[in-house]
Amino acid sequence: MAPHAARTAAAVLLALAALAVSCAPSTSPNSPAADRGTGTLRVWLFREVNNRPKEEVVADAVDAFVRDHRGVRVEVDYIPVATRAQKLKAAFNDPRSAPDLVEYGNTDTAGYVRDGGLADVTAELAARPAADAAALASVTVDGKLYGTPLFTGVRALYYRTDVLRDLGLAPPRTLAELAAAARRIHRERPRLYGIAVGGAYTYGALPFVWAHGGDVARRTGRTWRAAIDDPKSRAGVREWTALFGDDNCPASRCAAMGGNDTVQAFASGRAAMAIAGDFNRAAVDGGPAKGRYAVVPLPGLEPGSIAPAFAGGNNIGVLRSSSHRTLAVGLMRSLTSRRTQDRLFDAMGFLPASADARRAAARRQPFAAPFVRTLDAGTVAVPATPGWSAIDAGQVLPTMFQEIVSGRKDVDEATATAARRMDEAFRR
Amino acid sequence: MNRNTRPWTPWLYLAPALALLGGLLLYPVYQLGLVSVLDYTQAQVSGGVPTSFRGLANYREVFGDPQFRRALVATLGFAAACVLATLATGCAAAVLLTRVRALPRLALMLAALGAWATPAVTGSTVWLFLFDPDTGPVDRALTALGLTGFDGHSWTYDRWSAFALVLLEVVWCSFPFVMVTVYAGIRAVPGEVLEAAALDGASAWRTWRHVTAPMLRPVLAVVTLQSVIWDFKVFTQIYVMTNGGGIAGQNLTLNVYAYQKAFASSQYSLGSAIGVVMLLVLLAVTLVHLRLLRRRGEEI
Repeated sequence: MAPHAARTAAAVLLALAALAVSCAPSTSPNSPAADRGTGTLRVWLFREVNNRPKEEVVADAVDAFVRDHRGVRVEVDYIPVATRAQKLKAAFNDPRSAPDLVEYGNTDTAGYVRDGGLADVTAELAARPAADAAALASVTVDGKLYGTPLFTGVRALYYRTDVLRDLGLAPPRTLAELAAAARRIHRERPRLYGIAVGGAYTYGALPFVWAHGGDVARRTGRTWRAAIDDPKSRAGVREWTALFGDDNCPASRCAAMGGNDTVQAFASGRAAMAIAGDFNRAAVDGGPAKGRYAVVPLPGLEPGSIAPAFAGGNNIGVLRSSSHRTLAVGLMRSLTSRRTQDRLFDAMGFLPASADARRAAARRQPFAAPFVRTLDAGTVAVPATPGWSAIDAGQVLPTMFQEIVSGRKDVDEATATAARRMDEAFRR
Repeated sequence: MNRNTRPWTPWLYLAPALALLGGLLLYPVYQLGLVSVLDYTQAQVSGGVPTSFRGLANYREVFGDPQFRRALVATLGFAAACVLATLATGCAAAVLLTRVRALPRLALMLAALGAWATPAVTGSTVWLFLFDPDTGPVDRALTALGLTGFDGHSWTYDRWSAFALVLLEVVWCSFPFVMVTVYAGIRAVPGEVLEAAALDGASAWRTWRHVTAPMLRPVLAVVTLQSVIWDFKVFTQIYVMTNGGGIAGQNLTLNVYAYQKAFASSQYSLGSAIGVVMLLVLLAVTLVHLRLLRRRGEEI
């Protein structure tokens, strides 16, 4: 029996080896097949908390587009925001089931371009889209355009008018006043966080860094270097992390919180202040804070100054694998036209991507005014490089803030570690 | 008829099973190993960047990461604690089942089966709610009992307290399997043996330790192995209850860490390297376990 067994084992091994040679991990080239003038265009947009008004605006724009183009059908799917990264990666990996147009967050642009997902539409966009320079920068990688801005998102300081009035406090004019007011509120109303902050709330924390003149990273030529351990950045990190503690927002509760948790704390009446976006208005109005709050720009270091906010927002881009490229670009233009952006603002409160459209919007809707002022004062974007996507996904900054507020590391040590991890990601 | 004339006959019969195993087990493991020695990220999958061979560089990178070493140690310790707690709870509940009347036995069975049938995500969310610092009944009950220190106490802030909370959930949803299996095993123990022990005046503990447990050894061996494998691979509970690995990653286990590398950061080759390490650890634990059993003259 033994020789037989050995021979069989050899045959099995040989078969396995043949299998091994034939099966390398798969890649998808993502090259466009054709540019068809008819057929079905598939569109993926984000599903918002209250999506109905968005659907109506989009349906009108799509109807107008379909009327102008014979033999074209448009299918719009609303995908959940929480799982968008997986869905988009799956679309990149399998072009046959991928849509032609996608909505994407502006911090993802560089990563999606490197992953071969988005089409370069510079040539088609000779007539500039309705967007200002900052919004256009968020669709630009190495001088090429990879989509058009849909709306701009920016954060400001929400505060409870009733609580501040009862305590005789004015809205804070500097970050130092903000911290003092937060402590005073928590002392007098122990059930309330003075200001709700979160260890995982990167875009709430970064304005503190930028207000001090610091930054997460700086660009020299084509390479990025972490700057979060610069003295100015550290001063900002120190000022933000000082808000965590039993005198305002206890670390045991607040270290784990992210942006949505702080908004939720404010909306449910557990916080007197919070940093939240124009796009969070519906969530706040859905809780007991409704009608008892106001919004001002987040102050900077000097009275009257505004802390630079993160330039957020979403774009719409054409997938490289699309077989209806010309049609897709056309639909992208009509979905991001000035008219659609205006209607999206009226329906959803999303700020238009161009400055003059925003100012007109603020006149129609006073709620938008503090956000427009924040945008006009200047915003900062995160590094437009694929490395940033890795830093974001690797939770580098939330880990850094959490290490500090939980007392594991001091500011110098935690920022140094984070800078090292960021530099590794930039080099990759 | 000579048995040796058709040496390939057994292989013929085994072929369907081997083909199935090859397709569903060997091939994925082979791909895992292959990807773990390549430079394979989303840019290679869809970005047209060529795939290159990195040799053991991915493994060096993984082992050079202090977070990985911490997660490895935490996973081993956490899995060991979970296995011990699950086995102890499951065996105790099984013994209890044999000693109560029909109605309480039915109630205990139903409660345990309910826990077993609950999806891990749902169970974790419910446990998180029970221990919520703001609205959770546990903090409220402790405060009402006069332990005012627990007013608004966060159970997931401290590393060990967070691990303990997850451990409770893991035990809660996995002890029923142990309980049911061991209960079936105990039922199969001949009544005369237990009667003899009782006549000899053995206490409950002594009966368990020297009569029931030795007869249950094959059953215990299987549930131990199952628990080791399940608990080493714990993902959902950690991911849901500590929000993806806890404050500053303090509650990361290997599976969650691999998920973050492979899928959140799209570094598929690093994720695969971690997967291979997990596979080897589990294989080693399993082989040692089987060897120990065999040395004691038992076969599964």
